[in-house]
Amino acid sequence: MTAETTNTRARRSLPSMSVLGPIVALVVLVAIGAMMNSNFLGAANITNVLARSAFIGIIAVGMTFVITAGGLDLSVGSMAAFIAGLMILVMNAALPSMGVGVPIILLGMLVAVVAGILAGLLNGFLITTVGIEAFIVTLGTMGIYRSLVTWLADGGTLSLDFGLRTFYRPVYFEGILGISWPIIVFAIVVIVGELLMSRARFGRHCAAIGSNEAVAHYSNVDVNRTRLLTYAMLGLLVGVATIMYVPRLGSASASTGLLWELEAIAAVIIGGTVLKGGFGRVWGTVIGVLILSLIDNILNLTDLVSPYLNGAIQGVIIILAVILQREAKAKG
Amino acid sequence: MTAEQVLCLRDVRKSFGPVEVLHGVNLDLRAGEVLALIGENGAGKSTTMKILAGYQPATSGRILLEGEEVTFGSLHDGEEAGIVMIHQEFNLAEQLTVEQNIFLGRELRRGPFLDKRKMRELTRGYLDRVNCRVDPDTKVSALSNSDKQMVEIAKALSRDARVLIMDEPTAVLTGSETEVLFDQVRRMTAQGTAVLFTSHKLGEVAEIADHVTVLRDGSVVHDDRASEITEDGMATAMVGRDVSDLYPAKVGRPGEVMLSVRGLTVPGHARNVGFELRQGEILGVAGLIGAGRTEAFEGLCGLRPASAERIEIAGREVTIKKPRDALDHGLCYLTEDRKLRGLLLDKTMRVNLTLQALDRFGGWMIDRAAEDRALDKAIDEFDIRAGRRTMAVGNLSGGNQQKLLLAKIMQSEPAILIADEPTRGIDIGTKQQIYAFLRDLAAKGHAVVVISSEMQEVIGLADRVLVMRTGEVAGTLTGDELTEDAIVRLAVGLGANDKEKVA
Ligand SMILES: Nc1ncnc2c1ncn2[C@@H]1O[C@H](COP(=O)(O)OP(=O)(O)OP(=O)(O)O)[C@@H](O)[C@H]1O
Ligand SMILES: [Mg+2]
Repeated sequence: MTAETTNTRARRSLPSMSVLGPIVALVVLVAIGAMMNSNFLGAANITNVLARSAFIGIIAVGMTFVITAGGLDLSVGSMAAFIAGLMILVMNAALPSMGVGVPIILLGMLVAVVAGILAGLLNGFLITTVGIEAFIVTLGTMGIYRSLVTWLADGGTLSLDFGLRTFYRPVYFEGILGISWPIIVFAIVVIVGELLMSRARFGRHCAAIGSNEAVAHYSNVDVNRTRLLTYAMLGLLVGVATIMYVPRLGSASASTGLLWELEAIAAVIIGGTVLKGGFGRVWGTVIGVLILSLIDNILNLTDLVSPYLNGAIQGVIIILAVILQREAKAKG
Repeated sequence: MTAEQVLCLRDVRKSFGPVEVLHGVNLDLRAGEVLALIGENGAGKSTTMKILAGYQPATSGRILLEGEEVTFGSLHDGEEAGIVMIHQEFNLAEQLTVEQNIFLGRELRRGPFLDKRKMRELTRGYLDRVNCRVDPDTKVSALSNSDKQMVEIAKALSRDARVLIMDEPTAVLTGSETEVLFDQVRRMTAQGTAVLFTSHKLGEVAEIADHVTVLRDGSVVHDDRASEITEDGMATAMVGRDVSDLYPAKVGRPGEVMLSVRGLTVPGHARNVGFELRQGEILGVAGLIGAGRTEAFEGLCGLRPASAERIEIAGREVTIKKPRDALDHGLCYLTEDRKLRGLLLDKTMRVNLTLQALDRFGGWMIDRAAEDRALDKAIDEFDIRAGRRTMAVGNLSGGNQQKLLLAKIMQSEPAILIADEPTRGIDIGTKQQIYAFLRDLAAKGHAVVVISSEMQEVIGLADRVLVMRTGEVAGTLTGDELTEDAIVRLAVGLGANDKEKVA
């Protein structure tokens, strides 16, 4: 018995490149930003960046679970647009009877949350019970929701009643202790998500399913139910993000939430979650979201590179992130 | 007689991170000879073979190919040199057909197009040589494990190897399939091929090997002609202690009926299976590969669609629709396929160990300290040898993966354990430990089912043996009736009288 299993302190030794990579990238971006523009580290700009990150961020946390469990959801952007449209329609319709006030806002929120969960369940049902590929299902629902919102808006824009809009605005623009609501909600979602992913049975089950579905099944993990839950949770979070988003513009149109799905997926991947599933980390996703918004922010604040090149730079970062991950893996 | 040395290792060392697993190994492969490399799980057999074939670089030491030192920069160099390796775990592209796999990377062409006719013809030829009846157009994912192994062997045959390396090729084969393989091996050695192979079935080693090298904990402890060592000698050299009493005494005095199954049907695999299992008993399940043993018991445990007239556990009727139901009634199934159904190869031992019984480790938040304690206990109890606790389970040696799988299943403390091929790929010393463990479990009042293709194993271990044939129960054997001959006769469907044609 010479080849004893040793309990080395490997876990405490230097973190690997896949852990350090995203953090280093974020630090570098902050340093560049601070050097380029003195307003960059000002409270106003930081709040602005965080608040804008919040929508994609909240969705991306949900996406982390879906991807970790070996799934994908392309429909979240148009789902957000559809939910926004629905919220506005319902609130406008209820206005004559309910009047401007807290109850009607709560009604709108309820609509968003319920619609989100239902939309997520629909995706999940088609993927798990009916057994269609996630890519196909969500490509389909992506088209459906986008077209529904266009139809609801009759090709134009759905606007929230002016009085309501004024009443609802603080949900985006105000908060407690100078921290705006979207940031607070984002923070809560991240903390709960991180705990769920790294400490809870649910997260462990998601990773097991993404790693090997058959093994999960043989290990008494309810594969379909867990997958369904990831989609429902993502739907719920899309609803929550929409609740924060509607007061910002007070309207919804065919271009609301355009390409959010890709930004969310990109953030998840940059954060170190494996696209084919089996491993995910919520804190990484947060860093991914921040990296993406910082690039946008820095390009807007400085005139070094045209903001039109934003997409190109983000693309390079995504590819780099994946290369880094692969190298980390090859080294074991 | 000293045949020409084709491929040699000289003082080869190999480390994974800080852990050295090979400590100066010397090995000689000679033309026209079969060299058996044997050793305990984790001794370094697979690692040695991978170094020889160019799949992994050695940390130090030399590889000599016909006396010349070579470095295999890649796999391709190994293949160029005529070295072909069949891996312990399958190395086939699951989504491609049998034919595509056999010609993968060396597709035949006629002009710019694939020469499909020629490839089909050759494929059939190779498959015929190993007596494999599968259609070249079937996807590999649809094949049984033994057919996959035969396809691997056919693929190796197609390569006209100068050196053939096989890592536990017979672990998933039946006795007659092994004979077919050995015939091909003899044919190849007659043509001057050097063959290196490993197996935990020492009888096979004695049968086919010309030369035996024994590895223990990464060092060669014995290296001589096969005629110079007995099976017992091999076992002792491998394990370092005497292992002649492989099977524990059958002291079992069966108690109450724990599990009673009537009319279990798994569509397409098993019909009308019925049996009783008593407390304190080990029931062996024998049969040919494809007899529906695995499928029947998977169906029983809710792992695949099945129906039953009546299932009783401890006297009460139960319905089992999903794995959760089975587990709730204390019924647990240990899969035969550790790689595809048993373990998450990219996860650590801790995650794998507790996956099935995660609800025993904290509420909806997982208690990691408790998990770590369970792992300590499992490593100790099952003698799991891994370099580091945190390494991916896929990097454990095959036998240690199997031990971890057994430990994982035991986390849910099943009252009734169904173990499907529990000792596949396990060394003889550990086999002894596992048999003792299963017997002990039964003695503590649990009930155990052992499904096994190794006849000696069911006979040595089980109190009673159920033989299945083409999805149905062909008969049950106890006491003195329990002979290899009787099992084979039931398994192939011969009456008690006609004894000829028994393979
Ligand atoms: N990629 C790897 N990373 C870390 N350790 C490894 C790796 N591959 C093998 N090992 C370790 O090297 C040792 C030898 O493993 P190897 O697979 O060669 O054993 P083996 O003799 O083939 O055993 P078995 O009979 O169980 O197949 C084991 O302790 C194993 O854990
Ligand atoms: Mg091995």
